Amino acid sequence: MVSYVAKPVAPSQDKRWKLVDATIRRQGAQPRGLIEALHTVQEAFGYLDVQALRYVAMSLRVPLSRAFGVATFYHFFTLKPAGEHTCVICMGTACYIKGAPQLLDAVRKDLGIAPGETTPDKKVSLLTARCLGSCGLAPAVVYDQEVAGKVSTAAVREHLKKWTVA
Amino acid sequence: MTPEELDQIAEDERAEQGKYTERVNVCVAAGCLSCQSQSVKDALDQEVGSRGTKDRCQVKGVGCMGLCSEGPLVSTSNGILYKKVEAADSPAVLDSLAGEPVARLVCPTDVPFFQRQKKIVLENSGVIDPERIEDYIAANGYTALIKALTEMSQREVIDEVTKSGLRGRGGAGYPTGLKWSTVSKSVGAQKYVICNADEGDPGAFMDRSVLESDPHRVLEGMLIAGYAVGASEAYIYVRAEYPLAIKRLRNAIRQAERVGLLGSNICGTRFSFRVDLRLGAGAFVCGEETALIASVEGKRGTPRPRPPYPAMEGLFGKPTLINNVETYANIAPIIRNGGEWYAQVGTEKSKGTKVFALAGRVENTGLVEVPMGISLREMVFEIGGGIPEGRKFKAVQTGGPSGGCLPTDCLDMPVDYESLARAGSIMGSGGMIVMDESSCMVDVAKYFMDFCMTESCGKCIPCRVGTFQMRRILEAIGNMTATEQDLKLLEELCELLKHTSLCGLGQSAPNPVLSTLRSFAEEYRAHIQEHKCPAGVCGQPAGETL
Repeated sequence: MVSYVAKPVAPSQDKRWKLVDATIRRQGAQPRGLIEALHTVQEAFGYLDVQALRYVAMSLRVPLSRAFGVATFYHFFTLKPAGEHTCVICMGTACYIKGAPQLLDAVRKDLGIAPGETTPDKKVSLLTARCLGSCGLAPAVVYDQEVAGKVSTAAVREHLKKWTVA
Repeated sequence: MTPEELDQIAEDERAEQGKYTERVNVCVAAGCLSCQSQSVKDALDQEVGSRGTKDRCQVKGVGCMGLCSEGPLVSTSNGILYKKVEAADSPAVLDSLAGEPVARLVCPTDVPFFQRQKKIVLENSGVIDPERIEDYIAANGYTALIKALTEMSQREVIDEVTKSGLRGRGGAGYPTGLKWSTVSKSVGAQKYVICNADEGDPGAFMDRSVLESDPHRVLEGMLIAGYAVGASEAYIYVRAEYPLAIKRLRNAIRQAERVGLLGSNICGTRFSFRVDLRLGAGAFVCGEETALIASVEGKRGTPRPRPPYPAMEGLFGKPTLINNVETYANIAPIIRNGGEWYAQVGTEKSKGTKVFALAGRVENTGLVEVPMGISLREMVFEIGGGIPEGRKFKAVQTGGPSGGCLPTDCLDMPVDYESLARAGSIMGSGGMIVMDESSCMVDVAKYFMDFCMTESCGKCIPCRVGTFQMRRILEAIGNMTATEQDLKLLEELCELLKHTSLCGLGQSAPNPVLSTLRSFAEEYRAHIQEHKCPAGVCGQPAGETL
């Protein structure tokens, strides 16, 4: 049985939905485009909320449960907005051997949050990565998209201070 | 694109490059970029501009030169390699083109790290500009594709790959020729080629480096594979965590389409081929081929039982060839020089070279390509330059969360698929992490079990529940609260997971535990019986161990 489903209306007038629509169109509005569409939403909006998931699911004609399942299965997708700054600590093997747990411990103590959380003032989000592939520079930390190598506990504390004080 | 047109592009490019008498290559792969190599390149460009020598001195961004720990790396046309170059050093570097090298920046290249390498996959890395197809073509790029399309039958291409003895570089080591042959014999009008660039192993960055340094080589390998097995559509499944690799791949695909090396009727033959990117989203299990296929189809990346193998029923139910980045990167030189040429390198059962990402507690960290069969001792102490700070070697970890830790008495073992498997580890994709006496093997085993537990997709119970229980026991051992009974249970669980898990993730998850139990049993005993961590890692708050 083929049922006709009208194209759903975007959640808002926000121009960024046009980017999402473009990806959906490129995938022929087929269920196979789900991950690609979610990537575009996250790139444009920074995270995936229920509204976005519902819109993508309807556009690709997949159940909301499947969109939610995919969004929560993959680590790369986040359902919460990030803080103003993000600090990603690499927990790959090389970084682990060279002291990433100590870095993480210091940051947790300073910020008072666990990985995956954002400080209450929405300033800093703390994340961990499986491996950045910067193993030659272990331990590595990403401050707002910028990779820093051979990071010491003092250096990461110093950097965070700049964000939290300002 | 005809063979003549390709030759023309190559000739034009060589003539263009021949105009320059001086050349400065700056590494713009991710490792050096995070050490600000872009600003070094910009400064060099500016300096050349202000000296008015733009017409004879070329500043070029190139791929990875290997020694990532000493970046940013810069090489010059008079054969000098400079390390840790800063933007302010650019006048000195340019002065040295006609004079003496800048002594304080020179990185000696007559050391084993460079001398012991044999470059096939990485032959263009650090030499060509990864963002220009012309540079790749001038370095004999795409000649293997033309040769395959115009001079060889599909059978002959597969035979050549079989003759080379190339085995899958993703880790398991399945003979590539055999895989191609199976897919080519599968019946179906539509077949797919997939490149697995979801380098999920923590501690491995070979594929990323190849994609960032020489993306066209991977495309050429995929094109030849597509021709050989009769596929017309391809996907590269690449980690979203590698933005630079994605950017350069997109760029490479666009360029190849523009000159007609991708698209319909390539080189005037009936062969058509399209390549599209699919971004992974951070799931280690997607390195498993059936899980990867599910992910390309837009679903959760969960594996399914095999058979049917993807070679019969893969993407969208069609016959599908899946190989790793490094495997495809080996194809062009094999077709260009013949399978026999390739088979001269390596050991009896493991042919060719392998790229390793050397990291951890070792002097020289970075990317190296060595012939198969080299000993671990040579890798760690000659190429790697030994352990820093006068500490003692303890183990080298290969194969990531699916591999094992190899102790001192394995050091003289050759590095090939069989030897590593016999020692309780695996070749894996090529991550090699050196550990010294400051690492506790129980802690390392716990680290990998933690990884497998988080990454378990949850589809089959042995893996989902088993990894959780194993991690719980390892944690208890680390907290000095475990008993002999727990240790026995841990060993039982290892066997259980190995034999009953659905896919490679669960089946190999016990490897880090088994290999450390085998070689470092006394460390486990010390934790359980004496409530002591010999390395001083466990049982203390993390901040105080360094």
